[in-house]
Amino acid sequence: MATGHFAAGRWQLAAVSKVVDETYRAKTFTLELSEWRPFLAGQHFDVRLTAPDGYQAQRSYSIASAPGRTGAIDLTVELIPDGEVSPFFHEVVRTGDKLEVRGPIGGPFTWKSSMGGPLLLIAGGSGIVPIMSMIRHRSAVAPDLPAVLLYSARSLDDVIYLSELREMAGRDPHMSLCLALTRSQPVGWNGYDRRVDGDMLNEVANTLPGIGRTYICGPTQFVESVSNALVDGGQDPEFIRTERFGPSG
Amino acid sequence: MLTRGFFGRKRETPSRLLPPGQYLETGFPVLSAGPTPRVDLKLWNFRIENSGQQLASWSWQELMDLPQTEITVDLHCVTKWSKLDTAWKGVTVETLFEAGGVDPVDDYVMAYCDGGYTTNLPVEDLLDGKAMIAHGYDGAPLPPEHGGPARLLVPHLYLWKSAKWVRGLRFMQDDAPGFWEAYGYHMYGDPWKEQRYTWD
Repeated sequence: MATGHFAAGRWQLAAVSKVVDETYRAKTFTLELSEWRPFLAGQHFDVRLTAPDGYQAQRSYSIASAPGRTGAIDLTVELIPDGEVSPFFHEVVRTGDKLEVRGPIGGPFTWKSSMGGPLLLIAGGSGIVPIMSMIRHRSAVAPDLPAVLLYSARSLDDVIYLSELREMAGRDPHMSLCLALTRSQPVGWNGYDRRVDGDMLNEVANTLPGIGRTYICGPTQFVESVSNALVDGGQDPEFIRTERFGPSG
Repeated sequence: MLTRGFFGRKRETPSRLLPPGQYLETGFPVLSAGPTPRVDLKLWNFRIENSGQQLASWSWQELMDLPQTEITVDLHCVTKWSKLDTAWKGVTVETLFEAGGVDPVDDYVMAYCDGGYTTNLPVEDLLDGKAMIAHGYDGAPLPPEHGGPARLLVPHLYLWKSAKWVRGLRFMQDDAPGFWEAYGYHMYGDPWKEQRYTWD
């Protein structure tokens, strides 16, 4: 059972070297780590903020960048309007700030190339973040491995990493991108225009030469309904990994 | 270290102190590593084992026929949320041990579950009404995504110790890591000491 890839880490100070607006409510923060450690795609970091009165808030954020990049990680943070930590990230954090972080953390929701594929990747909303790390990693180290991403979002404006995903799917013959826009679609939209369901999962899965591993990340109800539909469709639960994003502001 | 520009939101004062690093959550988040297992109550049983030998076993109906206990407790998840005053119904582990004539033979158990999940616990943390096999939540059957039909409930430890879809306890001579513990989560997991990870 011991996996050995949980590389631990004490609290350390990370310097924010870059802030990128991904969408109107998602930003990516590049953190330069003094104690960088190898991590697996899918893992997360804990962030700890301390107020002048000593009050502390901690949250976990998934790593968006690929494990191949050393020295720094990207965390993508979605704004939860009534949250506590994500509004701080969105409204206050700027280049040059120092933040207390520790990681990498997390076990079963990880992928490395030796685990193989094909990969069925299913993301709902900001659940794309840890999956993006897997996609970037696959693209760097195993571009021949068949993979498909089914990504459900409210509208095209909510799709994080849209241009990178389109560019990747455009040049990579072994990776495809299927978007499901559940609330509004651009004129002439030829992708999915509904919530993920069993028929859609079948269509998407059928673009792969078999399914090696499935990763599902998103809000609880999304993950619950998608994983149930896949098990109903005959997929072995053993090879389905899930990560549910609880409300964490 | 002070974080520039962070003051925290206007804190709703919890009705009681939360463990360090926790925030108050009013929803009931779900965290699990794989799909929610399908469970047929007709085939369901709960077992206590030692070295591969069954010491006691209960069918679903037999579990329901044991004395039931209702408790209201606070939950603390290692992912930082705490939820106050949650109401549970079930059979305490103490009651199970008595009913099954089980004498704790070792100091530790591994709880095991449908779906393959495991977690390790000291036996003394399960006795004296400190833990139960819970099948009711908030006046209704425990929903599958929260561990139904039955989960272990050990509220004084981080919630990953309260194994969902629990099916049995296996005595162990020595403490050994379960599922999350093998990934570097703390062997004991006391939220008041903030024992989140191995090195805490």
